[in-house]
Amino acid sequence: MSSIALLGALEIGLLFGLVALGVYLSFRVLQFPDLTVDGSFPLGAAVAATLIVHSVNPWLATLAAAAAGALAGLTTAWLHLRLGILHLLASILTMIALYSINLRIMGRPNIALLGEPTVLSPLQDGSIPSYVLTPLAFAVAVFALKWLLDRFLNAEVGLALRATGANPRMARAQGIRTERAILLGLALSNALVALAGALFAQSQGSADVTLGVGVIVVGLAAVIGGEALLNPRSVAWATTACIVGSLLYRLLVALALNVELFGLQAQDLNLLTAVLVASALALPRWRAGRSLRRNGPSDD
Amino acid sequence: MRTLMGWIATLMLVLPSSGFAAEPIPTVALTQIVEHPSLDAARRGILDELAAAGFTPGHNLTVDYQNAQGSPVTAAQIARKFAGEQPTVIVAIATPSAQAAAAATRTIPIVFCAVSDPTEAKLVKNLDHPGSNITGTRDFPPLAEQLDLIRELSPTAKTLGVIYNPGETNSVSMVAALKPLAAAKGFQLVEAAAPKSGDVLSAARQLTGKADAIYIPLDNTVVSALEAVIKVGREARIPVYSADTDSVKRGTVAALGFDYYDVGRQTGQQVVRVLRGEKPGDMPVEGVKKLSLFLNLPAAAAMGVTVPDAVRQRAVQLQQ
Repeated sequence: MSSIALLGALEIGLLFGLVALGVYLSFRVLQFPDLTVDGSFPLGAAVAATLIVHSVNPWLATLAAAAAGALAGLTTAWLHLRLGILHLLASILTMIALYSINLRIMGRPNIALLGEPTVLSPLQDGSIPSYVLTPLAFAVAVFALKWLLDRFLNAEVGLALRATGANPRMARAQGIRTERAILLGLALSNALVALAGALFAQSQGSADVTLGVGVIVVGLAAVIGGEALLNPRSVAWATTACIVGSLLYRLLVALALNVELFGLQAQDLNLLTAVLVASALALPRWRAGRSLRRNGPSDD
Repeated sequence: MRTLMGWIATLMLVLPSSGFAAEPIPTVALTQIVEHPSLDAARRGILDELAAAGFTPGHNLTVDYQNAQGSPVTAAQIARKFAGEQPTVIVAIATPSAQAAAAATRTIPIVFCAVSDPTEAKLVKNLDHPGSNITGTRDFPPLAEQLDLIRELSPTAKTLGVIYNPGETNSVSMVAALKPLAAAKGFQLVEAAAPKSGDVLSAARQLTGKADAIYIPLDNTVVSALEAVIKVGREARIPVYSADTDSVKRGTVAALGFDYYDVGRQTGQQVVRVLRGEKPGDMPVEGVKKLSLFLNLPAAAAMGVTVPDAVRQRAVQLQQ
């Protein structure tokens, strides 16, 4: 694998680390199966791209994209809390609505950003090539956001969020306003996802209405894969696991793209990715099972 | 966990990496957004043209073909892989794959195929003098000629129904271009939206009583559920015309257009020129040169169209 391909995989993996953090917030912390993600990722891309081609400052455009994502999350939470729609269905409704909304925002299905000023433009003219600098910049940004999220989840508001997810009735008995916690959690989660979408559009050169295809699946795979690998016991480790899981997923896709053995062809890519992810997840369990047999049962 | 990472690292080193091939055999890196009959036909055309020009994969040419299976994110990752492997030329089939390739490299020559509007997609600034590392074939359909054909076959039609997915770039720009042309030729356009292939049947039904003829643009969603439109056309005796010639075999009355295989052949000629040392920046973006008329007589009869002999004689392919 070439270094550009590897760095490209890391770059996309870091961005999907943000998606995984968002999915962790909704699925794991709040126990809210939120599929809004498939709509809020392209929403972030659409808002950022539209504003940038209308000559808005790219930083402001990226911020606006995150805010739009937060609104999408609030919509799902509102549908669930105020209208009493089942959480899963509420998120699906927002997701399909966002498809039309994204088209409305962009005015057409695809906005090209090639050659437009973006938040990544300053990285493009230096002596170090942008394919090295972009993943570095993303790494700094993603880990900074992860650190902020850790702090947030360990602060009083964050603890309220975690309590809401763990045991809503108990949380309410302790005086936690669980509805607010859900609103805040979903807003934050989808803001992170939309931010990832905005950054993806800028690094990739276009926003497309089909960008959302399978985002939730990749985000979930990253969260669960990271958990299986690191077996986290604290919030800081759990969020690290999200990012590690996402990087691993992209490396496995890169690996799948490079496999030319056994007559595998381009059409086998998704199957191969699934097989690779499954084996990566099965490996720790398989090893644990082996050592269990050898050493007798442990306390764990 | 440490061993797992070790395994992955070893696998990545062991697996063949075509970037390090020592022989000076040129490499064509093909990236395609999704499996689709038209795009697959274009890819076959490209490879056949390369073979006709003496470039045989496996002998004096390496072809690395990757398909993103519908995901623009995977297309971006494929583009990075190609950018790292430094192939002689990247051939990108359809807009998202072409944009991903353009974002990944500014030096490796890129030839695109099946992109309707390369300036709107910001692949090139100027169609005649691209100037950068990108050129290709645009597949914008010959709308005026198609409308003339519909007028010839349905002389009394006043309203023309169009079914399309408002989420597809190509369809949206096609319908936008169609509006003024249709008005000039005396058609009033009636639009019906089908965001998913499951919506095509109801979109077609919605046109009965409103449209004297139905026109299907190059829309992946609608074409994938074409039989639904044809069913409605036969039931309500509304002639269904298509922009895409492959659809005629499936039961539309007629289409004047191009075969994606021929579009691929034309792109293949451009790829050959790049392989022989020409710079994409000096090669104009080409429109499709070969137009052909496809006609389906049983479908015409079932939908109440009488086909004049003049039209019948022009047909390249005739379904009896």
